[in-house]
Amino acid sequence: MNTRLVLALVMSGAVALTACGGTTKDSAGDQTGGATNAAKGDPSAALKEGLKITFLPKQVNNPYFTVAQKGSEQAGTAIKAEVKATGPSDAAASSQVTYINTAAQQKQDALVISANDANAVAPALKTARSQGLKVVTFDSDAAPDARDVFVNQARSNDIAAVQVKLMAEAIGASGEIAILSATPNATNQNAWIEVMKTELAKPEYAGMKLVETAYGNDDDQTSFQKTQGLLQAHPNLKGIISPTTVGVAAAARYLSSSEYKGKVKVTGLGTPNQMRKFVQDGTAGSFALWDPSKLGQLATYAAAALASGQITGAEGEKFKAGELGEYTVGAKGEVVLGPPTVFNKDNIDQFDF
Amino acid sequence: MTTQLTPAVTPPARRTAARRLTSRVGRVRELGIVVALALVVLPTAIVNPRFVQPQSLRDLLLNASIVALLAVGQTLVVITRNVDLSVGSVLGLSAFLTAQHFADNPGTPLLLGIGFGVAVGLACGFLNGLLVALGNVPSLVVTLGTLYVFRGIDYALAQGEQINAANLPDALLDLGSSRVLGVPVLVLVAVVVIVVAGVYLRSYRSGRELYAIGSNPEAATLAGIPVAKRTLTTFVLSGLIAGLAGALWVARYGTVDAAAGTGLELQVVAAVVVGGVAIFGGSGTVTGAALGALLLGTITSCLVVLQIPAFWQQAIAGALLLSAITVDRLLALRLAKALRTSEGTSHA
Repeated sequence: MNTRLVLALVMSGAVALTACGGTTKDSAGDQTGGATNAAKGDPSAALKEGLKITFLPKQVNNPYFTVAQKGSEQAGTAIKAEVKATGPSDAAASSQVTYINTAAQQKQDALVISANDANAVAPALKTARSQGLKVVTFDSDAAPDARDVFVNQARSNDIAAVQVKLMAEAIGASGEIAILSATPNATNQNAWIEVMKTELAKPEYAGMKLVETAYGNDDDQTSFQKTQGLLQAHPNLKGIISPTTVGVAAAARYLSSSEYKGKVKVTGLGTPNQMRKFVQDGTAGSFALWDPSKLGQLATYAAAALASGQITGAEGEKFKAGELGEYTVGAKGEVVLGPPTVFNKDNIDQFDF
Repeated sequence: MTTQLTPAVTPPARRTAARRLTSRVGRVRELGIVVALALVVLPTAIVNPRFVQPQSLRDLLLNASIVALLAVGQTLVVITRNVDLSVGSVLGLSAFLTAQHFADNPGTPLLLGIGFGVAVGLACGFLNGLLVALGNVPSLVVTLGTLYVFRGIDYALAQGEQINAANLPDALLDLGSSRVLGVPVLVLVAVVVIVVAGVYLRSYRSGRELYAIGSNPEAATLAGIPVAKRTLTTFVLSGLIAGLAGALWVARYGTVDAAAGTGLELQVVAAVVVGGVAIFGGSGTVTGAALGALLLGTITSCLVVLQIPAFWQQAIAGALLLSAITVDRLLALRLAKALRTSEGTSHA
């Protein structure tokens, strides 16, 4: 990581070095620096050391966010920032508000958050930003005016399209399908479902009909019951798309242990570890996801770039994200990690997360 | 059938009549749940005949079996005028530790691994029992505290990790889906526990004493019933059953993280209340509680099958729960009135 730091310093140039030198622990100095740079990004500004970054997932103890958190901490070590992970134990709409307020009171430099509810966290985020905190949302966005940058795992269109495509491949593009989502108000799931509907309207998917969207609340028991309900309510169901890691594993486990095994296909977004068993036994042919660890890394690099004044969240700004390479801020302050990865029995054993 | 309670005293005829009335109403209460079940299942089956296919019926029983198990443990506790709110957390802790044990030691014999989960539950129940029985702290407070303590320990041990089906032995996963004569094994386990607990409560002296404690704790103490010891036992049993349920949870769902069983305690208490167990102790049966669990699970499933919009399902399930409790309350009032009339002469 020393080489990376040297690299960063060299790239930032001598002028910036003198301007921002020795800002390691002096948080007051940091904030004045941040404030002066707030108007527009200075791509040559040095990445500050000792930045204090709070990592706030939708809920702690969610394996997906644990992987993202490891990525965030990895990035933190690389840029000598102090990443502190905290968060609620339930993914309720308003459960993150107190954590946001605490981060602001503790004079953290940046907050990396996956919003449980786009609007419920917005007022707290706005207050925090007015106190100098830089806000990066990842995985699930907050209202755009409540954050500086949104790090999107992949374009909504790509994520939704790949799931519809995998389902079409699994069932020969014909028959009834259903969606098993997370909670009814989950921001990203709802966005994907909307795109899936437009995607299904395309001529190549004319044979596929979306008959129902059920909500398993990201809970094993509920997801099981909802899967059973879908199968009973729709005797001709051919496939279930579950754009959530809990739902897809629950649906696969239920199908693999029922008489519907092999008759009804499941695909969606899942981690290779939880889906390995069901890909091996043929319940799921393929599924997709991005690497949550890289998502956490990128969000943390974006937070550091914001807090160091390299970027402000305006379209077209560029920043370096360590080994992930260079990223450009897109429209509405959005940074996209990359296209989702498709896992199947041929490549699943190359992944461990 | 209840001779052990008053072996030496020949009960006066009027008392016997009262007792017969009580047990008949108790049976009517259980019958009421069966009727309610029929009222839920039949219309759904008419709308969608697939609801009563073998696979679907098996699923209904399977869905209810884990909550029914917990409801049996909860009944033992509630009968003594206590409550165990920590069962969801105990289940979660046991499920995670059992899964982790199987994942770390792939060669573990099935029963030994399940026994491990049961032992975890037993330890949790023992702690609850000690605090309630010896510490004399109200059980609502104790188990509300341990609800968070056990879940917190679970979070701390899990560190956000997840145990997946691929890491678990096939023998365990098969247990969650295998059947004997068409009946899922998990359902059989639940039935065995229900029968054992039912016989204990009905025909054993210490079982009858639980009712006495719940009816009137002071009188029970004066009558020489070891109240603290019995209370401790009920919490140990509730924990033990929750531990078993945790191990079975792993077998059924195959994917376990630290959040397994979160919020389950409310479903369990609801099942117990719907099942006719008086929340202030002294009456109720494990069969009723298990049927209550089956009824609640069936309501949830049929709302899905009937394609009630997702946003309405919770509200409707809650309303049905309220109506079940209302029926229970009306029956209880009628029973009290009938008892007063039949005992009127002896007390007047």
